[in-house]
Amino acid sequence: MSEKVNIICRCEEIQIEEIRHWINKGYTNLEELKRILRITMGPCQGRGCRDIILREISMATGKPISELNTGVIRPPVKPIKFSLLAEDN
Amino acid sequence: MTVKTTDFIIVGGGVHGCATAYELAKAGYKVTLFESRYLSSGGSGRSAAGLRQHFGTEVNLHMAKYNLKVFPTLEEELDTGMDLEFRQWGYMWVAYTDSCLDQLKKNVALQKSMDIPSVIFTPDEIHERWPYLRLDGIIGAAFCGEDGHINPQTLTMAYGEAAARYGAVVKTYTPVQKLLAENGKIKGVVTESGEEWHAPRVLLAAGPHTRPLAATVGVDIPVYPERHNILISEPVEVFNCPMVLCLDDGAYFKQCPNGTFMFGRDDQDEPRDLGNEGNSVKFLAGVTASVLKRIPALSGVRVVRQWSGPYDVTEDHNAIIDWTPLEGLMVNCGWSGHGLQFGPSGGRVCKEMLVGEQAFVDLHRFRLARFAEGDLFFEPAFI
Ligand SMILES: Cc1cc2nc3c(=O)[nH]c(=O)nc-3n(C[C@H](O)[C@H](O)[C@H](O)COP(=O)(O)OP(=O)(O)OC[C@H]3O[C@@H](n4cnc5c(N)ncnc54)[C@H](O)[C@@H]3O)c2cc1C
Ligand code: FES
Repeated sequence: MSEKVNIICRCEEIQIEEIRHWINKGYTNLEELKRILRITMGPCQGRGCRDIILREISMATGKPISELNTGVIRPPVKPIKFSLLAEDN
Repeated sequence: MTVKTTDFIIVGGGVHGCATAYELAKAGYKVTLFESRYLSSGGSGRSAAGLRQHFGTEVNLHMAKYNLKVFPTLEEELDTGMDLEFRQWGYMWVAYTDSCLDQLKKNVALQKSMDIPSVIFTPDEIHERWPYLRLDGIIGAAFCGEDGHINPQTLTMAYGEAAARYGAVVKTYTPVQKLLAENGKIKGVVTESGEEWHAPRVLLAAGPHTRPLAATVGVDIPVYPERHNILISEPVEVFNCPMVLCLDDGAYFKQCPNGTFMFGRDDQDEPRDLGNEGNSVKFLAGVTASVLKRIPALSGVRVVRQWSGPYDVTEDHNAIIDWTPLEGLMVNCGWSGHGLQFGPSGGRVCKEMLVGEQAFVDLHRFRLARFAEGDLFFEPAFI
């Protein structure tokens, strides 16, 4: 396998080319790209990649970022150790 | 307003709608699919991604066997470049009571009679094979090593993408507002954006939303939503932990192909209405305590994400696949928490029924009239 160079989503090791490939196929919503490529679903929950991906979608569609669906950030807001959760109970 | 026409309309871009669109388009039929949001945004994309051949009724087993025949080569067949993450790490039903184990044994006997390689394990056999599991108090389990996992989102989206490649019109972000009927026959649909589409055959595969949609033409489909929760951990080293379903409190867990762990658990107090996609705080602590005592090795691992989704429940926990009393209107819904894996067989039988072919399995048990007739069809292997 060739080495990945232009990695945008570090958690899921996804390159900019892969993101552009699916945007060009018509998947211009972050909700869709997220599900095809797992981007924004890693341990950082998209903190490291969401903005760059939204910029790509904005460039491809001509829509400003403020008009794009930015996806849902799901709880917990910060990762918590299972052992701590179990103690709470 | 211009009215568009097609041969078949499908409402709902879950796995069943998308698989049916794929089967129809591949066979050369003209089909249009409407989805409110993105493909897989309903129950399909929110599911636990489990697939199994552990059922206790012949028709479900027949279809489950077919699903397992399709999955290993489906990624290649659909050929979309999406990774379906199909894995066969097994699926285990763990019994804590005699009556539970007796039922599992009955199910396994039926499975074996249909050449499904299921087995009953003793607690010692389980301990030997999976030493990291601490299943205190169990008396046995049913296991099938062919069962496993598939990515529910790419599965659904790949069916939709492949359908579009064969010429299906796939309209995402296009909610259907109501159905149209004329002289006792289905006529078409109207979308919320005001588009009108006509077709002589319409399939509703809208999960729990099938009921309100069918009601717009006076048809009652007894399916209702029931919220279920799941959480996912950060990835850890992959050790192929199978799906483990504990029949004492309904907790389950498994490792996913990317190393993350998924936990879920039943909760009778969860809301049963549409539009309730929030998260339960109570779930998080409860499921964690229940699962950690069975797999303590995960105690230092972090939970990353939690979500919920609607089960599409019927009174007897089985699907409804049938024509409705309104000519030309068909439904496929009510899979009651085990419908993701039935995408391949569900898509095939719906295509067969829609075009007037004989379905490859006898669907009598899934008929709509069973509720009115009081002839319910209970699936014993239900979670
Ligand atoms: C938490 C959870 C865990 C589960 N685990 C498993 C599992 O491990 N294995 C398994 O096999 N199954 C599982 N299931 C069950 C499975 O998800 C469902 O049975 C299955 O996905 C149903 O698929 P479907 O295509 O019938 O419906 P859905 O996937 O619900 O699709 C219906 C679609 O219709 C759309 N829709 C609704 N109204 C309209 C409208 N008016 N116009 C246009 N579109 C509309 C929705 O947006 C939705 O996308 C689970 C479910 C949940 C909630
Ligand atoms: S960088 Fe994309 S999810 Fe973390």
